[in-house]
Amino acid sequence: MSAHTSSYEPKTGVTRWLDSRLPILRLAHDSFVDYPTPRNLNYWWTFGAILSFMLGMQIVTGIVLAMHYVPNTTLAFASVEHIMRDVNYGWLVRYLHANGASMFFIAVYIHMLRGLYYGSYKAPREVLWILGCVIYLLMMATGFLGYALVWGQMSFHGAVVITNLFGALPLVGESIRTWLWGGFSVDNATLNRFFSLHYLLPFMIAGVVILHIWALHVTGQNNPIGVEPKSKADTVNFTPYATVKDGFGVALFAVMFGFFVFYMPNALGHPDNYIPANPLVTPKHIVPEWYYLPFYAILRAVPNKLMGVLAMFGSIGVLFVLPWLDTSKVRSMRFRPQAQIFFVLFLLNALLLGFCGANPPDEFLFRVGAEGPGLTWVWASRIGLAYWFGYFLLVMPFLPLFEKTRPVPDTISSPVLSGAATAEKA
Amino acid sequence: MRRTLPVIATLLALGFGGSALAEGHEARMVHPDWSFAGPFGTFDQGQLQRGFKVYREVCSTCHTMNLVSFRNLGEKYGPFWDEKHPNPNDNPYVKSIAAEYDINDIDTDTGDAMKRKGTPADRIPSPFPNEFAARASNGGALPPDLSVMAKARHGGADYIYSLLTGFREPPAGLTMPTGMNYNMSMAGDLTTQWAGDKHHVPQGGFIAMKQPLTKDKVSFDDGTPSSIEQEARDVTAFLVWASEPKQTERKRLGMWVMIYLVILAGLAYGSYRTVWKNESH
Repeated sequence: MSAHTSSYEPKTGVTRWLDSRLPILRLAHDSFVDYPTPRNLNYWWTFGAILSFMLGMQIVTGIVLAMHYVPNTTLAFASVEHIMRDVNYGWLVRYLHANGASMFFIAVYIHMLRGLYYGSYKAPREVLWILGCVIYLLMMATGFLGYALVWGQMSFHGAVVITNLFGALPLVGESIRTWLWGGFSVDNATLNRFFSLHYLLPFMIAGVVILHIWALHVTGQNNPIGVEPKSKADTVNFTPYATVKDGFGVALFAVMFGFFVFYMPNALGHPDNYIPANPLVTPKHIVPEWYYLPFYAILRAVPNKLMGVLAMFGSIGVLFVLPWLDTSKVRSMRFRPQAQIFFVLFLLNALLLGFCGANPPDEFLFRVGAEGPGLTWVWASRIGLAYWFGYFLLVMPFLPLFEKTRPVPDTISSPVLSGAATAEKA
Repeated sequence: MRRTLPVIATLLALGFGGSALAEGHEARMVHPDWSFAGPFGTFDQGQLQRGFKVYREVCSTCHTMNLVSFRNLGEKYGPFWDEKHPNPNDNPYVKSIAAEYDINDIDTDTGDAMKRKGTPADRIPSPFPNEFAARASNGGALPPDLSVMAKARHGGADYIYSLLTGFREPPAGLTMPTGMNYNMSMAGDLTTQWAGDKHHVPQGGFIAMKQPLTKDKVSFDDGTPSSIEQEARDVTAFLVWASEPKQTERKRLGMWVMIYLVILAGLAYGSYRTVWKNESH
């Protein structure tokens, strides 16, 4: 697909002049207009555009917020409230940014699950997938840093918990933690560097997104049946076909986003973060933002702190080697009925882990009678942890040895066109 | 199945998000009907004015409200908003309320500490010169700032109302710590202080604040009978307003944005159908 010749023809003198000096319009044309896209992409494929929209939204609102925010432990909380109360439309910018982070993660999780389901990480798209994992890691770091900036109780104590995780590493842990803190506790120096890094990382994300899209345009998009396009009949031009569908996806997503921003702007946050940070008072339950909860549950599932930290990082790290763990010859799970079952279980398990992360570990998920046996959240998260790694390390490599797959069509257009033909007859 | 998956995924994602909020509390929680609830809810201005009076005559003797300035009271949709005075600094109610407060300042001619009358630009002053004085006057406990209280507790308005109406005589069998009061709606676990039936531990917890409201404690200028419930309801509405003075504006603007986005989505869908009309997929 990368070999297709450019169809760009500059029409005016100026564009001809530019094209022979910096063919940037040609690049844009070849990437976003005359770019062959599999014709069978479904709505799950619109999340790439949704994520680009969210990244733009976060950067624009974030730059405006940074004009009014003060990264100082005594002023940070009040400056956020100053934005909410005194800055023109500051409340809108701040709620867009705070809820935007959650929307960004909703979209990225759907995007990743889509890749997982349709085998988008498999050869030749390994680098594309790994770049996506890098973006996800950068997003996690950025989200954590940004949440700390509010300098509410959850900001502060969340920052203490997360930075202390690094302290668990042998030999270098203490030094890394001191370096992250810029001192010997989470304090003003920490807040200052968090602000600096929170401003930096999104631009790193944008850079890796460019690499991600570049890699995508080399291999071409995967599609729901996982069969590479073989002829012109299998593809449509990116513009208008994919752009209009992406535009619809973005608009629908914006409706949900808007509903949160205008009508329940604090639903995804924690009330304790409206209490100014106080190092001397620890909240009863420290919980991270919802998008970290499954990993927080994995961390707490392991009694040993270092092992817990390793399990947590390992649960994300395993995604990086996913292309080599999956031994299936069939790319898309659409033709792998058994794999679908394990996939749905994986999804439910991730949700279970999320609930485990939100609840106190020693309380009961359910219990027989008032004092009888039952399942505590910490044990539920142990089950969740086992399935998480079991899915990647056992199901992925070994299921293909036993499973019966359904027949895969030869080309994208064959099932599609015959399907359309029957529809027309009917 | 392929068509329903997005819906399921979205619902799951939302449910998942909400779980971060889930936190069990046994305490009593009542749920009055609030005029400001929901996407179209607005504040009753009379209620906000009564609420401000309760705040001023009762709460503000101990609690600060550091983030609120007098001018906020005259902002659009606020307690003393008057459309004749689009700039709240010109609002006579706001000016006269501010002038009733003494503000610490420095005399610029002599450099001496002095008091002057408040202006709309001033923040509502603190009842205590510093935290230590506040603690000393309150048995060691620091009365929390009320500026964003309605957003800083699970349950928000319902919680504040429940707490203000949740003071009761401590049940027999409950060991009371010195200087503390029993409240059915306070977060806490009374198991260790409870000498009675283990399966019937009283709900609620201990709070340093004494029952602040009593019948007829605040006389309302509009003739509204002043019961504890009425005072609690009104001051709660005021605190909810103060926690985010722009919330009515947010909902109003939100309605137009939502209408715009739904039309945009409709047009995008129409375009999508038109563009793909002759393409099978």
